[in-house]
Amino acid sequence: MSDQNVNKGRRRMLTLATSAVGAVGVGFMATPFILSMTPSARAKAAGAPVEVDFSKLAEGVLLTIEWQGKPVWIVKRSDAMMDTLGTLTDLLADPESDVEQQPAYAKNQSRAQEKHPNLSVMVGLCTHLGCVPLEKFAIGPASDMGDDWPGGYFCPCHGSKFDMAGRVYKNVPAPTNLPVPPFRFLSDTVIVVGENPEEAKV
Amino acid sequence: MEKLMSWIDDRFPLTQVWEEHMAKYYAPKNFNFWYFFGSLAILMLVMQIITGIFLTMHYKPDAELAFTSVEYIMRDVPWGWLMRYMHAIGASMFFIVIYLHMFRAMIYGSYRAPRELIWIFGMVIFIALMAESFMGYLLPWGNMSFWGAQVIISLFGAIPYVGDGLVEWLRGDYVISDATLNRFFAFHVAAVPLVLVILVFLHIVALHKVGSNNPDGIEIKKNKGADGIPLDGIPFHPYYTVKDIVGVIVFLMVFSAIVFFAPELGGWFLEADNFTPADPLSTPSHIVPLWYFTPYYSILRAVTWEWLPGGAKLWGVIAMFASLIVLFFLPWLDRSPVKSIRYRGGIFKVALTIFILAFLGLGWLGTQPAEGLNLLLAQIGMFLYFGFFLLMPIYTSLDSTKPVPERLT
Repeated sequence: MSDQNVNKGRRRMLTLATSAVGAVGVGFMATPFILSMTPSARAKAAGAPVEVDFSKLAEGVLLTIEWQGKPVWIVKRSDAMMDTLGTLTDLLADPESDVEQQPAYAKNQSRAQEKHPNLSVMVGLCTHLGCVPLEKFAIGPASDMGDDWPGGYFCPCHGSKFDMAGRVYKNVPAPTNLPVPPFRFLSDTVIVVGENPEEAKV
Repeated sequence: MEKLMSWIDDRFPLTQVWEEHMAKYYAPKNFNFWYFFGSLAILMLVMQIITGIFLTMHYKPDAELAFTSVEYIMRDVPWGWLMRYMHAIGASMFFIVIYLHMFRAMIYGSYRAPRELIWIFGMVIFIALMAESFMGYLLPWGNMSFWGAQVIISLFGAIPYVGDGLVEWLRGDYVISDATLNRFFAFHVAAVPLVLVILVFLHIVALHKVGSNNPDGIEIKKNKGADGIPLDGIPFHPYYTVKDIVGVIVFLMVFSAIVFFAPELGGWFLEADNFTPADPLSTPSHIVPLWYFTPYYSILRAVTWEWLPGGAKLWGVIAMFASLIVLFFLPWLDRSPVKSIRYRGGIFKVALTIFILAFLGLGWLGTQPAEGLNLLLAQIGMFLYFGFFLLMPIYTSLDSTKPVPERLT
């Protein structure tokens, strides 16, 4: 074959067109492979709500339950613990909970439901890189957290600090407050984690 | 025999390949101690693949069974403990070898033109190796495995907009779970090793195209004899095959000493928290990555400046990845007219010393809580680390150099 009769422009056009069509084909073919790595139907179904009876839970004690594979904390805060919340505004990064880390009905100082302000329900995963913070409910020197520590949570991985309502301190790695999951009261001592209260449903 | 060889050579270039890459591959005659680590890296790759294959015969990639299957390998499988210790310690030893191999390239300028692609292939190998070891570390399903993976995968959540979806896709679930373990197993035993073997092949093909550098940083191909063979070159086989065997023996003595007498190496090679099964509800009190990740982990934690746009978390992640990516540009950052440290001036020697101290310092700090003085030191270390690379075009062009001889010394 001689090169004289080769139409190089047409040949390049055909190569480009073939490559482009091929690339689209590869893209379509890749989609099922990529999507196969997303959470499966079983994983999605596993996020069912969990019912918790905390009638035997003492005041100021941390109860950890599992919801969607994550640790969820339930604490009946004492009135002394509740009193600290109002005094910390200057130390906190987001004292008003403006970042949406809670359902609208928990966007308040105690980050709890209005009728039961003392009951704190939170997902116990640090918003930095997902470690489980430690409870540091003791006040002052007894907590190892310094003499002026008012009680709260401390993440051992990277040193983030949270108050008794899971609000994050300033100048720590965690960017936002601890998340509050949806939860509703079945009675005064039983809640369902993972469901919104009837009145909150739109 | 000769007949058989010529029968094969007519169908496959066996003699040609042997001569090109071994018997008639001319390497500089002045290789020293530092040149052991290339062949040792291949030894480690082979050892990891072989021990890995045998571990796979007994291991169960299932969140319910994984931890007990590793204990089963350790206690009930004949010689299983040896396979497992060789594999786990092999990972750490692989990184020691790779770090020393990279340091060799840095002191003798082995990344400089025309060897930029060798360096880049090498860096991709380094990153693939980090992915390989990170995913392998999840497989025993100990508590440190679990929370280490949780922290590292969460890093991707810092990426704006796509972060959360990306993390979910990587985990295949809303938390680290059986799905994550299963896919890490697939990547660890099939996908990444395959990529690694291909990359090592490319690394060596590129090396044999341009020829090895040497401690003098002189191109031996510039001085060829009448027969076209470099005057300062000696055939790789038998000279360096025999020399490398000595390196292998000494290395295996150290390796065996660790495997048989101190397999955990005081928690540096196998961490105490990983002898507890994974518990999604409780984090170990002190999360420490394995030692070879700690310099980068330190950089991740050193960024705590909230005023940065997008937040400190995002910039910590960016800094960590940048500390790896900057290495790719080394061949173009170095403007010195000479390659080897032997002919460089004082500025480079001081800069390299500071860099090594910063790297080791960051490594140590990565095992400590990041608070107070430690945090400040990590931040200083991070600036020294990046300073070494980003200021390199300036100080290497200012630096004085000694005249480079024509021939190897």
